[in-house]
Amino acid sequence: MLKIAVIGGKDTVIGFKAVGLEACPASTVEEARQALRDLTKEGSDYAIIYIEEKLAQSLQHEIDRFKDSPAPAIILIPGREGSMGLGRQALRDAVERAVGTNILGD
Amino acid sequence: MAGTAVTPTRMVLNQLKGRLKTARRGHKLLKDKRDELMRQFMDVVKENKVLRERVEAGLTAAFSSLQVASAIMSPEMLEQALLYPRQSVELGMKFKNIMSVNVPQYSFTTKNNDPSEIYPYGFAQTSGELDDALDRMAKVFEDMLQLAQVEKTMQLLAEEIEKTRRRVNALEYVMIPELEENIKYITMKLEENENSTKVRLLKVKEMVLQDAHNYA
Repeated sequence: MLKIAVIGGKDTVIGFKAVGLEACPASTVEEARQALRDLTKEGSDYAIIYIEEKLAQSLQHEIDRFKDSPAPAIILIPGREGSMGLGRQALRDAVERAVGTNILGD
Repeated sequence: MAGTAVTPTRMVLNQLKGRLKTARRGHKLLKDKRDELMRQFMDVVKENKVLRERVEAGLTAAFSSLQVASAIMSPEMLEQALLYPRQSVELGMKFKNIMSVNVPQYSFTTKNNDPSEIYPYGFAQTSGELDDALDRMAKVFEDMLQLAQVEKTMQLLAEEIEKTRRRVNALEYVMIPELEENIKYITMKLEENENSTKVRLLKVKEMVLQDAHNYA
């Protein structure tokens, strides 16, 4: 069976742990990078990895590597401080990539 | 560009005509594929937008409940209460084919199906806010899963659309015009050859006639 992991600050992941997801607490970008690499290693069975926006913005390069492969899906989630809009940015990027220009108008 | 590499013969002309036909058909097919992908993509984008907003709102609410809970309880107590989760989620993944793009479809099963069974702690030493927070978390989780599926689908479709668009453009603006130009070049060259042959024959005929009848 496949698993779901959450990478984020300790306060963020603790709630997800309680609802049955795998929690990977990471307080620094380096720790998050390491966690992401471990989770996406060859043969690992994580299909979805949620990552806190605050950490993800410095790991954009690593995350983009998985954009074109069917698994794993790496999804940004807002942290405790609320949304930074990076998730919506990902949507805009995808539209721009497909259409060639941003047609959503926001 | 034109006439750089082609030899103006009838055989090459036929070959080029065949290639032009294939290119035109390929162009049409790819264009249809692109249009259909685009239609699907726009649906997915709309869905993604709605889900993203719902997840972000849900998570913010859940986090603020958790914040309240952690303000009431000591951090050690909170950690202890959530140390060993009772709930676990198993994820299944299948692939769906949208216009030859394989997109994931997730399905999940939770170990505990009873919603009141998700709390991994006794109620004596924890606050009600923590229950609230977990409740909200469990609710938003389903949307999060949906979001993951939709967002991945969107990314994969975007990639495929980009590829298809490039191919359509390459055919439309490079391949097809080049082939047309080459065909035109060969046709003209062949006509020219034919004309010169005709002129030569006329000239020869004239010479032969002059020889035979001594025309002035």
